[in-house]
Amino acid sequence: MEDLLSNVDWTEIGWASWDTLVMVGMSLLFSVVIGLPIGVLLFLFGKRQLLEQPVAYAVLSFVVNVLRSVPFIILLIVMIPFTVMLIGTSLGVAGAIPPLVAGGAPFFARLVETSLREVDRGIIEATQAMGASVKQIIFGALLPEALPGIIAGITVTAITLVSYAAMSGVIGGGGLGDLAIRFGYQRFQTDVMVITVALLVIFVQVLQMVGDRLVLYFSRK
Amino acid sequence: MIVFDQVQKSYQVGGRAIPALHPTDMTIETGEVFGIVGHSGAGKSTLVRLINLLEPPTGGRILIDDENITDYDAAELRAFRRKVGMIFQHFNLLSSKTVADNIAFPMKLAGIYSKAEIRDRVEELLARVSLTDHANKYPSQLSGGQKQRVGIARALACRPTILLCDEATSALDPQTTQSVLKLLADINRELGLTIVLITHEMDVVRRVCDRVAVMDAGEVVEMGPVSEVFLHPKHPTTRDFVFESESIDRTELQEDLSKADGRILRLTFKGESTYKPLLGSVARESGVDFSILSGRIDHIKDTPYGQLTLSLVGGDLEVAMQALKAADVHVEVLR
Repeated sequence: MEDLLSNVDWTEIGWASWDTLVMVGMSLLFSVVIGLPIGVLLFLFGKRQLLEQPVAYAVLSFVVNVLRSVPFIILLIVMIPFTVMLIGTSLGVAGAIPPLVAGGAPFFARLVETSLREVDRGIIEATQAMGASVKQIIFGALLPEALPGIIAGITVTAITLVSYAAMSGVIGGGGLGDLAIRFGYQRFQTDVMVITVALLVIFVQVLQMVGDRLVLYFSRK
Repeated sequence: MIVFDQVQKSYQVGGRAIPALHPTDMTIETGEVFGIVGHSGAGKSTLVRLINLLEPPTGGRILIDDENITDYDAAELRAFRRKVGMIFQHFNLLSSKTVADNIAFPMKLAGIYSKAEIRDRVEELLARVSLTDHANKYPSQLSGGQKQRVGIARALACRPTILLCDEATSALDPQTTQSVLKLLADINRELGLTIVLITHEMDVVRRVCDRVAVMDAGEVVEMGPVSEVFLHPKHPTTRDFVFESESIDRTELQEDLSKADGRILRLTFKGESTYKPLLGSVARESGVDFSILSGRIDHIKDTPYGQLTLSLVGGDLEVAMQALKAADVHVEVLR
C-alpha cells in the first residue's frame, strides 16, 4: 500500500481538496447571485411573457450564448487580463474564481430560464387575476413554483464548476486539478492522478446526492 | 352591473387582425348568475378575460358599476382585480403552497390585511368549502373536486363582488360537478355575488344560471333568461347545445315524428303548471286522443319544467289548444 501510493503527499491532497471546495463554493455562490436575476430577466423578456422585450431579450441571450459557446479552457485564458484587473492576480484560488463565474453564471441563467418556463402559465394568470404586480408574481409565485427546478439547476451548475475548477489547474488555478496536472500528468505520478480523480468523483457524487435530496424535499407535485 | 359597450377583441397574427370577439353589447346584472356557453374557440374564454382585463379589449368600453375599467392605470387595475375572483378549469393552485396558504395568497398580495385577519378569514373559508381538515395539505394530495373548492375559497378571499368561472367544472366528473355547482349557487345566494360562468355544457347553464349568452365564432348569437333560451332556442347553435345536453338524436326524433298520426304539438310547462294533472282533463273535455312521442321533465335552476311532444288524433283540436293555453302551457304546433 505504501509503495503503491508512494508519491501521494496527503497534506498536499488535503489542501488541494480544500482549494477545490473553496473555488467551487465561491464560484457557485457568485454564479447563482449573478445568474438567477439574469435567468429571471431572460424569462420575463421572452416571447409572450410578462415583460416581453424582444430587443433586450436578444441582447441578453446573445451575451449568455457567447459566454457559453467559448470553450472553458479558452475562456480561462481570455479572462486573464480582466481577472488581473479585478483582483490583482490570475493565479491561485482567487484568480480562478472570476473565469469560473464567467462560465457558471450564464450556464445557470439558462437553467433558471428553462425552469421558470416550466411553471404552468395558468398559475401566472391566476396570480395576475388576483391583482399581483410583476414583482409579486416573480417572488410570490414564479420562484417558489420553480424552486425544485432551480435547485436541480444549482446542482448541475455545481458539478460543472467542479470540472471547470479542475481545468483551471492548466493556468495555475490551484486545487485538485492543479495537482493532477502538475504531478499526475507532468511528472507521470499515476498514483496522484488516481487519487485526485477519485476525490473529484466522490465530490460530484456527494453534490448530486445532496441536490437530489433537496429537489425531492421541495417538490410538492 | 357589468356593461359591455361595443367591446371587441382581435389578435395580431402575422400582421393581420384576427377577430376573437366581434363588437358586443351585453349587460350582466348585479347578483345574477350569468352563463356564457359556446364551443371551444367561440370566444367565450376571451370574453370572460375581458371582464378582469387579463385580455385588454381592442375596442369599446367595459363599465363595471358605472366605472370604465378600460381607463384604469396599473395600480387601479390591481386594486380592481382584487374585487373580481376567478376560478379555472385546471384550478391553477400553487403547488408549492399548502391549501391554507393558497387561500391566504390573494390577501397577502393585497397587503392590506393583518396576520390575524388573514388567519380568521382562511379558517372561515375552509369551513365554507368543507376543507377544514385539509388546511395543511398540498394541492397534489387533493382530488379534483377538492382542488376546485380550494380555488373557490381562494377566489373569495378578498370578498370580491364578481366571480368569474372559466370552465370551472369541465375537468370534473358528473358527481363532483354537481357539488361544485351547488356550492357556486349557494355562494351566489348567500353573498349576493355576481357570477359569470363560461362552459361548453348547456347542462351547467340549466342548473345554476339565471341568464345565458350563446356564443358562436366570436359573436353572441342568442341571449336571454335560461328558461327562454333553453326551452325555445332560436339560433341553430343554441339548438345544438340544447339537443346535446338532452342527448336527443335529431334524426331519430324526426323519424318518430314522421311515423305518428294526426297533429303534432310541443307543450312546454313551467313552474306550477308542471304539477297540474292537465293532459287527462284536456283529453276528456275535447275528446282528443294523444300519444307522447318524446318528453322530459326537469329543473331549470329552481324552476321545474316539462316539455312534451304529442301527437293528437280526433276530437276538437281547437278546444284542446284553448284549454292548454288557459292553463299557462306554451303550445307549439310542429305539424
